[in-house]
Amino acid sequence: MLELSILFPSVLNGLTTGAVYALIALGLTLIYGVLHIINFAHGAALMVALYGVYFLQQRAGIDPYVALPIMVPAMFAFGYALQRFVIGRASHGKDENILLVTLGISIILENLALYAFKSDTRSIDTAYTLTTVNLAGALISLPKVVAFGGALATAAVLLLVLGKTDLGRAIRACAKERQGARLVGIDVDHVFAMSFGIGLACLGAAACFLLPAYYVNPTVGNGFVLIAFTIVVLGGMGSFTGALVGGLLIGVVESVGGLWLGESLGQIGIFLIFIAVLLFRPQGLFGARS
Amino acid sequence: MLDVRGLSISFGGLKAVDEVSLAVPKGAIVGLIGPNGAGKSTLFGLVSGFLRPQQGSVHFLGQDITALAPHHICRIGMTRTFQIVQPFGAQTVRENIAVGAHLRRASRSEALDHAEKIATQVGLSSQLDKLALNLTVAGRKRLELARALATDPALLLLDEVLAGLNPQEITEVIPVIRQIRDAGVTVLMIEHVMQAVMNLAESVYVLSNGRLIAQGTPGEITANPEVIEAYLGHGTAARLRKAAGGQHA
Amino acid sequence: MKELAGILLFCALVALAPQFISSGVTLNLIIMTLYAALLGQAWNILGGFGGQFSFGHAVFFGSGAYAMAVLQVKFGWNAWAALAAALACGAAVGAFIGALSFRYGLKGSYFALVTLAFAEVFRILSNTFTFTGAGVGMMLPLKESTADLQFADKTGYLYLILAFVLAGLLVTWWLKRSRYGAWLQAVRDNEDSAAALGVNVFRVKLGAIMISGALMAAGGAFYVQLFHYIDPHIAYGPAVSVEALLGPIIGGMGTLWGPLLGAAVLHGMGELTRALMGDVPGVNLIAYGVVLILMVTFLPRGIIGLFHRKTKDAPRA
Repeated sequence: MLELSILFPSVLNGLTTGAVYALIALGLTLIYGVLHIINFAHGAALMVALYGVYFLQQRAGIDPYVALPIMVPAMFAFGYALQRFVIGRASHGKDENILLVTLGISIILENLALYAFKSDTRSIDTAYTLTTVNLAGALISLPKVVAFGGALATAAVLLLVLGKTDLGRAIRACAKERQGARLVGIDVDHVFAMSFGIGLACLGAAACFLLPAYYVNPTVGNGFVLIAFTIVVLGGMGSFTGALVGGLLIGVVESVGGLWLGESLGQIGIFLIFIAVLLFRPQGLFGARS
Repeated sequence: MLDVRGLSISFGGLKAVDEVSLAVPKGAIVGLIGPNGAGKSTLFGLVSGFLRPQQGSVHFLGQDITALAPHHICRIGMTRTFQIVQPFGAQTVRENIAVGAHLRRASRSEALDHAEKIATQVGLSSQLDKLALNLTVAGRKRLELARALATDPALLLLDEVLAGLNPQEITEVIPVIRQIRDAGVTVLMIEHVMQAVMNLAESVYVLSNGRLIAQGTPGEITANPEVIEAYLGHGTAARLRKAAGGQHA
Repeated sequence: MKELAGILLFCALVALAPQFISSGVTLNLIIMTLYAALLGQAWNILGGFGGQFSFGHAVFFGSGAYAMAVLQVKFGWNAWAALAAALACGAAVGAFIGALSFRYGLKGSYFALVTLAFAEVFRILSNTFTFTGAGVGMMLPLKESTADLQFADKTGYLYLILAFVLAGLLVTWWLKRSRYGAWLQAVRDNEDSAAALGVNVFRVKLGAIMISGALMAAGGAFYVQLFHYIDPHIAYGPAVSVEALLGPIIGGMGTLWGPLLGAAVLHGMGELTRALMGDVPGVNLIAYGVVLILMVTFLPRGIIGLFHRKTKDAPRA
């Protein structure tokens, strides 16, 4: 079959990509777990974040990793505003409406980018873009290794915030029982907006880790949306462990699949998994049966 | 007509329905009562195909219907209503009832005509063109009844069709149910409204914590101490007897 | 009866339009509006009447388009036969996706997601295999004759798309006054109640997705005949899926004229933005996105919802 010398780097690469996927999926699963929103705008928001990192580097010379403390709060504010003033108002609470509203937002964002930046694909060059790290014989590009570490670190921070802070407790309360949370004095609208903001903040971090090894164009979000959904559904809607494990798993599937079936067909494994999970185990690996 | 034998189902560790057996003879009105949470609606779900029992069987008109799907059971002749009414909100009363009528009528005009007839029978004829979501609670309950009736069932399973009605409305609906039976439809009804149970039912089953604790005529079960205890708490039966005994002394 | 007369009158008017309109640009606008309406009608059957929101309706469009292209180019089929096959293809894909999804009880957001996934799978497959031209796509050789379903004159295409739209209107009209339609709308409004009243929910949904798929495939087939070209992105990409749902949502889901009205509004808006801002890519889509959000927020029953408040003919929201 496949030699270990080819398989091993592929798996490692898959893990590094998977970690970033996991970070993206974490935001999505948080948003679903708390607000019960399937955020179709998640991919477009990531695209916006990627452009943010791109222009910070191009215009202000700020290195993507240094841009973290700028991008994360900026995306948080963006997410907060979106939920508080657009999604929350528009959906009247109905599931289908929320789907359509987030779809509308993704259309707007994508085409605003198309209008503003044209459809060119852009990438950045940094001092370390071409550096590789030797991991037990496999040569993995440095940005990817940093992405791996960064994504996991961000995930850890997120889990800490949710587990140990008052905000985290409030978020978990609203996720479990909206009315009850209101009754004990939690400003649910505010908490929802905070949650959405945190979800998008994850995208801000992910973008910082992603851009050095990747690229950006107006439609790049579409590709990520489905992968993110696959991970969230595979891991279990609302489960953080699931998003992490699922992300890493999908990253590896994509990488090994690409090895086996070629670049184009490789991604099909992801979507077939997605369909299979939706049909046969919709609660995913770690989710609760609804 | 309906023969339920040893039906059981558990959710998690909780036995929601515990080896319940009951029989509904043709042309009867049978009541099913019990405190909240006793498992009455769950039993309906098991009988009508919405839930699969883990033990036991359901026979209807001589046929084993235990594993059949709800729509199939409806076609054989058993129709149920829901405790929490679920109208087709954005459709009119007439259209709602017509969905039921369509079970045995392919023609749209026939179904709509039948819907009108049924509406008159339950007292909804003045609201035929109203949207279902604009009806009052009483109206929705009647709509629920009408829709089920429109399927021309042999057996009607009514789940708390009188809940939420005021006394005036209750006195209006009771004769309607009796007329339904007189027209040839057998009725099994879950009810909390004792007035209805006493007035209508010939035999009554009492469910508590998933188990059948009593069966008999309305008069018999209201005097049954276990039934009293199920509703009013442990020791109540004895206290009531003592009080009654003291009075007659 | 009134509605049937309305349908026939509308189609007669459109059919007569070329007598009075000589501008190719205007004719083209009418054709593209009708095309958008067709896509909307297809989506409306499953989404508006059936209550199952699909976000990947392109999967049916692309299947029809590729069936049309492959059968003619690779197998030398006659265009009309290929059209029949394309419709069957759409229905078959519908049956496949429907059987899987509805058998396993997928609803709401999960169903929307699975349709998205299927569209993406089909896109990847058509992008990979040379049989469908891979990433380059397929070109239909120019053969302007009615036998080949290609027309030198725009009016030919106008009649073709009008025929499809008429079919869509008639199917929708039938849904509003047939037993099957009553069952379908019952399933939309409350599945459990419908089942309790004897409706075979699975079969009803399956029927809807097949009809919807066939109609959508007609749109795909039309596209190929008009533009002589198809590729994976056009066939299965998000643009078609979005276009299919925008019209009914704006015009009014679950209504007869909603998709047409919505298509007209969208194209009208498209022309307006073009007039105001030039032919810049993406601008009209920004407007569409904004309108989508506004409609969902303020007019969830679409434009037609404005006219039918609480009367007998209230549309299904």
